[in-house]
Amino acid sequence: MKTLPSTDVLIIGSGWTGLLMAKELSGRTPLSITILERGRPRMAEYIDGMDELEFFVRKHMMQDPSTDAIALRYSANERSRPIRQFGAFLPGTGVGGTGEHWGAVYPRLMPDCFEMYSKTLERYGKQKLPEDHSIQDWGITYDEVEPYYARSEREVGISGKAGNLNGKKIEGGNIFEGWRSSEYPMGPTQVPYFPTLFGATVKSMGFHPFINATAIPSVEYTNPDGVTRPPCAFCGFCERTPCMIGAKAQPTSVYLPVVRQRKSVSLHTGIRVRRIVHEKGANGGRARGVTYFDESGEEIFQPADLVILATYTLGNNHLLFLSGIGTPYDPSTGKGTLGKNLTHQLQFGVNVFMEKPLNRFMGAGGTGIRMADFDADVFDHSNVGFIRGGVIGATMTGTQPISTFGDLPRSMKLPRWGSAWKKTSIEWYDRVANIGFGGEHIPYVGNYFDLDTTYKNPAGDPLLRMTINWRENERKMVEFMNAKMVEIGRAMGAKEVNPFPGYGNYDVTRYQSTHVQGGTIMAKSPERGVVNMHQQHWDISNLFVIGASTFPNSGAANPTPTILALTYRTADTIVDKYLKKPGMLA
Amino acid sequence: MRRRQFLVLSAASVGGVLVYSLDRRASRLFAQEKATQTVKIPLRFFTEEEALIVAAAAARIFPSDDSGPGAKEAGVVIYIDRQLAGPYGRDRFRYTQGPFDENAPREFGYQGQATPCEAYREGLKGLKGFDRLSPEEQDKRLQQIESTHFFALLRENTIEGMFCDPVHGGNVDMVGWQLVGFPGPRMSNYDDLTRHFGEAFRPKPISLEQAIGRKVRTSEDEGRKS
Repeated sequence: MKTLPSTDVLIIGSGWTGLLMAKELSGRTPLSITILERGRPRMAEYIDGMDELEFFVRKHMMQDPSTDAIALRYSANERSRPIRQFGAFLPGTGVGGTGEHWGAVYPRLMPDCFEMYSKTLERYGKQKLPEDHSIQDWGITYDEVEPYYARSEREVGISGKAGNLNGKKIEGGNIFEGWRSSEYPMGPTQVPYFPTLFGATVKSMGFHPFINATAIPSVEYTNPDGVTRPPCAFCGFCERTPCMIGAKAQPTSVYLPVVRQRKSVSLHTGIRVRRIVHEKGANGGRARGVTYFDESGEEIFQPADLVILATYTLGNNHLLFLSGIGTPYDPSTGKGTLGKNLTHQLQFGVNVFMEKPLNRFMGAGGTGIRMADFDADVFDHSNVGFIRGGVIGATMTGTQPISTFGDLPRSMKLPRWGSAWKKTSIEWYDRVANIGFGGEHIPYVGNYFDLDTTYKNPAGDPLLRMTINWRENERKMVEFMNAKMVEIGRAMGAKEVNPFPGYGNYDVTRYQSTHVQGGTIMAKSPERGVVNMHQQHWDISNLFVIGASTFPNSGAANPTPTILALTYRTADTIVDKYLKKPGMLA
Repeated sequence: MRRRQFLVLSAASVGGVLVYSLDRRASRLFAQEKATQTVKIPLRFFTEEEALIVAAAAARIFPSDDSGPGAKEAGVVIYIDRQLAGPYGRDRFRYTQGPFDENAPREFGYQGQATPCEAYREGLKGLKGFDRLSPEEQDKRLQQIESTHFFALLRENTIEGMFCDPVHGGNVDMVGWQLVGFPGPRMSNYDDLTRHFGEAFRPKPISLEQAIGRKVRTSEDEGRKS
């Protein structure tokens, strides 16, 4: 095997976290940095993304299941099947990763989300916790993360309105959010018709609507690195596509322009990392580098002093399993940590059929109104059969016809094709919109990652396997929220509302959210988690694992802001502490 | 190598719309002109017999009727032919390793082995002579296969062919977009997002190539001589 000259820092993945880490380390140290990316370089012409068929339907920017499928089963007693086409979640590939086609919603986690176990115990007692849960506190608190949230909001460029500035509640913002040290760098975006109606309605019902915080500039914005982005044009090609004008924050429009200028960084595409090579030492293990297949298929060893694993949740777990790093979690004994606490943020919607046209081709990711009155532990759960909650909202991300033609009121019992179906679908096409819910998913003993025993990828390696299914807490939460959302839809003057059918078994075909989390979770001790509070691997001090794979539970909030906040924090720790005295930080 | 197959469309069969031939040269056909005027479209995947069946079935799924043009005018069969001849047709982007569990619960998605090409070829064998049946008989035949994987693909691909960007061969002249008031890749709605509350705002549709003023290379054309 060919061995390359050693690099000081090796970063696996060039999405949000990989590029951010490269930007921070290259700006503050003279280290040589090598980034390895399995996908393609950034597309030259993002304007080509304005094509529903290629991007929304054929999923042009997403992870390719022919090379990177995932196996899934509901429990350890059942057989697994491969996810042959992604549906429930849509990880990205290529430079910028999932951050290129994300929806750009930018909420912070609720403070008690970091302390879900102790806060639930404190308020309701042990009997309120579901029997088979595996909830554990993160070991880090909101107050410790707050400065990094604020930094990420300035650098990524967020539009929004604070609802809690240093403890002072502000009407019009999210009054239930955690305290923030500063206002958003830009005011909120414009709000289209349907979300405006939603906001007025829920306000009249006594709730507290606010304009979504999004990574979409409401005005031209220059961040502290001097990177400028234009205001959003609301073209409607946003989530699942890259931004044609570079308005939506993407790793390639926020961090790459800076990283590109740095001579110490080299970025290689078409590289499939196969193993993290490591050895046992007197003071714990040590990563020596990685082996990978280059584009021609040749296997190469790239030595490195410091390895940063910065892929999506799935890749982070898969590579640790394949490399034999850490102890696989065993749900029957609770021992081991790798793969533990797999969660997938809850998302569903109810379709609301309105009298008047909605012009819903206009919009952008996250453009709209939300309410957090049923989020986290904001409301008393004593008399409901579940813990925790989530956010209800109406957004206009821009609607495409292939994906939505044929959404009809359920009372019309029509065949799914033919003249009557066509006529009715045309009539309703622009008069249906979605009230959506994003909720917390608590971890369970029986939801985890490991390696599949049947299915393999083209290199002959076993697929990563998800063992996951919904349980009572999710089903009851969804039922509760569903009823609230139907009530809101009716109050908005809907001709009809299609309730969500409810959470049966985990469905790989229904888009849920690309917020699969956990598996390499952080914890205060190596017995409880894979990484420490600095996202440093407990067994290998020169290996950092960053991203939502380190989250011990899912919040209702979309994970990217927290992913980035914790990456800034880890970058600070590496520069200020680790590089001065390499070794275990905790 | 297979013999080159063509789909011959008469002006009467498509009505006054633009039809793209394989090299993307547009021919405009008008029904009121001499019925002898035809356009000969080379097929990439289907035989002529298969193409006629698919065109007839798509026209029952998305008919041309009082509520507007349908699969026939949109050129859905041309769209499907090109998709099947491209990476989609051979399952380039699906995990296709066995074992296959055809009886998997619905929640696991399609778990079968057949590629879209194979599913069409097999499914079309069961519809021989379909294009020569009356519309009522055609509907009956389709109802009989409604629960098959082949029909699910056919229905899905028909909707795609109605509403895709015209660069893919369907939605000819943007007839599908005009049906639902979708303007296509409109560069900016900045000044319109908060206007038109409660009233239909229907800018004239434009296609991607019109919007950006140059040719777009589609994935179904990758590796093909243009």
